[in-house]
Amino acid sequence: MRIATANETYLADEALLSTRTQWAWMGILALVLIAAPFVLNNYWLYLACLVAINVASATGLNILTGYTGLVSLGQGAFMAVGAYTVAWLEANVGTPFFVNLVAGGALAALVGVFVGIPSLRVKGLYLAIATIGASIILQFFFVNWSSVTGGSRGINVAPATFFGTQLTTYFQLYWLFVPIAALMVLGAANLFRTRVGRAFIAIRDRDISAEVLGIPLLRYKLLSFAISSFYAGVAGGMWAYFFRSVSPESFTIVESIFYLAAVIVGGMGSILGGVIGAAFMTLVPEILRFGVEIASSYVSNAATLLSPIRTVAFGGLIIAFLVLEPQGLAEIVQRIRRFFHLWPFKK
Amino acid sequence: MSDFLFFIEVSLAGLGSGALLSLTALAFVLIYKATRVINLAVGETLMMGGYFFFALAAGMSLPVWIAIPLAIAGGGLIGAIVERGIIRRMLGESPISVFMVTVGLGSVLVGLVEFIWGTDPRSLPDFMGSAPIFLGEVYVSRKIAISFVVAAVVIAIFLVLFRYWRGGVALRATATDQAAAYSCGINVPGVFSLAWIIGCGTAAGAGMLLGQIGGIAPTMGAFGLSALVVVIVGGLDSVAGALIAGLFIGLVEAWTGTYLGGEYKLVFTFGILILMLMIRPYGLFGTTEIERL
Repeated sequence: MRIATANETYLADEALLSTRTQWAWMGILALVLIAAPFVLNNYWLYLACLVAINVASATGLNILTGYTGLVSLGQGAFMAVGAYTVAWLEANVGTPFFVNLVAGGALAALVGVFVGIPSLRVKGLYLAIATIGASIILQFFFVNWSSVTGGSRGINVAPATFFGTQLTTYFQLYWLFVPIAALMVLGAANLFRTRVGRAFIAIRDRDISAEVLGIPLLRYKLLSFAISSFYAGVAGGMWAYFFRSVSPESFTIVESIFYLAAVIVGGMGSILGGVIGAAFMTLVPEILRFGVEIASSYVSNAATLLSPIRTVAFGGLIIAFLVLEPQGLAEIVQRIRRFFHLWPFKK
Repeated sequence: MSDFLFFIEVSLAGLGSGALLSLTALAFVLIYKATRVINLAVGETLMMGGYFFFALAAGMSLPVWIAIPLAIAGGGLIGAIVERGIIRRMLGESPISVFMVTVGLGSVLVGLVEFIWGTDPRSLPDFMGSAPIFLGEVYVSRKIAISFVVAAVVIAIFLVLFRYWRGGVALRATATDQAAAYSCGINVPGVFSLAWIIGCGTAAGAGMLLGQIGGIAPTMGAFGLSALVVVIVGGLDSVAGALIAGLFIGLVEAWTGTYLGGEYKLVFTFGILILMLMIRPYGLFGTTEIERL
């Protein structure tokens, strides 16, 4: 908590960035993001694109789970809806990629509202289970509606074209994904300065109280589902352009657990948390891969052990953060910030 | 007539796998009743039971009658470790956090199994024989019949224990009112541990039976999802609900799997799940929770 910040207007009070230091950090971040593609090699650019996609999706889930308190294990399925929409539009209609992404998001939002309908009656754990059910039913459609989804083989996606240039290299895709992800994160951060976002937070803190205060629960819960799935849909669309093929195996329940883990590890109910959580969880498997590469000179079959180690590390991280640091990485960042605020006066 | 016979055979097979679902659901219910934790890792504990048995009976070639109790004890040990190490520390946290912990736990268990035994499916050493059983003219797979009987016996033992054994009564008391149970001198943390140990042991036992029928694989935990449907339909804290819903879901899975095709199984059961959540969120026999400010 900062002290001695005498704001004279409401606008100043609810500003996203209130101090010069914060503006400076944001400026540095923007500069780094702009400079990065010229410095990084192809492998790191690949990772940066992947992080951008995951940040978009995790931020969406954070709106639903972290800010509205509705736990969803369907984020992977919503991403799949976006990815399939983009793939289908690209193959059959050929609309520009931007339209495709928005359409993917919109369709995912529609599906999200539909999946959110059980929140009329149930919440908490029951809702989480309902979203598991919904994602299994969606998965069934992806496998069996072959005329649109290509069945279990999936479909290939043509590269996105921007004024006649095909965006195929990671360098080009970086300039597409990172601005979109940044825009979406900014949108989410601003959402919670508005009436709608405040209503979400009220519902999370105590839904009955929120209803007493005049917040129509169903409408806002469905709205939260819609916004969150829109984010997932757009992220899924980017995913389709990134990997250039979509199949039912790409978005299983494991994917949904991944995003929920990212939000938990990063910190529920914190925009910063969603961003660092997604980046962290994307990079952990790479760090593990690095470790396994070192180990492979000592252990003969280290490469085959990589996938189980990743699975264990995922579960272990979820458990460790929930038990030891329930507020997630965002809380650690806050602690560091607090330390420097008080710096010379506190040990 | 032969169509009808076939229908009976399918239904009997469904009842057989339904009994296994009931047994797994019982593990869910036991843990939920005592500790109010939905343990999504029950499916993975079941898988661990199958693999423990595999390691003991096939890997160390122990006789079956030693391997079975040891594998069940192994499941119980997992329950004990998880309860004391993780769940006990999460007391008072929101149910969602605890639920997510069990999701993480499931992932850890799957990873461990893949790490130690690899991803290939394996078959368990056979201890049931495979000669088919005929009830009149109706053919029943021997393994499914034996599993049904074993599951029925175990469930019956549970029902008797809940009614007459001190520990069972303590568990019911804890489920009804924790504070009151505490003040009556019931060792509530002890009941928590006991419920986890028995629950996970039961799941491990169900895993061995399931492994006998269909072999074991790291993806076996998906059976836990069907059991999840069972407990939601039956009611999270109802033993009777787990039994009836287990048989019902088993029948539905057998019918849809045979007459519509295997891919429709999950869609139907999860369709039932969602319908149930919208019509009767607390299940057929579950206790309705009333929320007050």
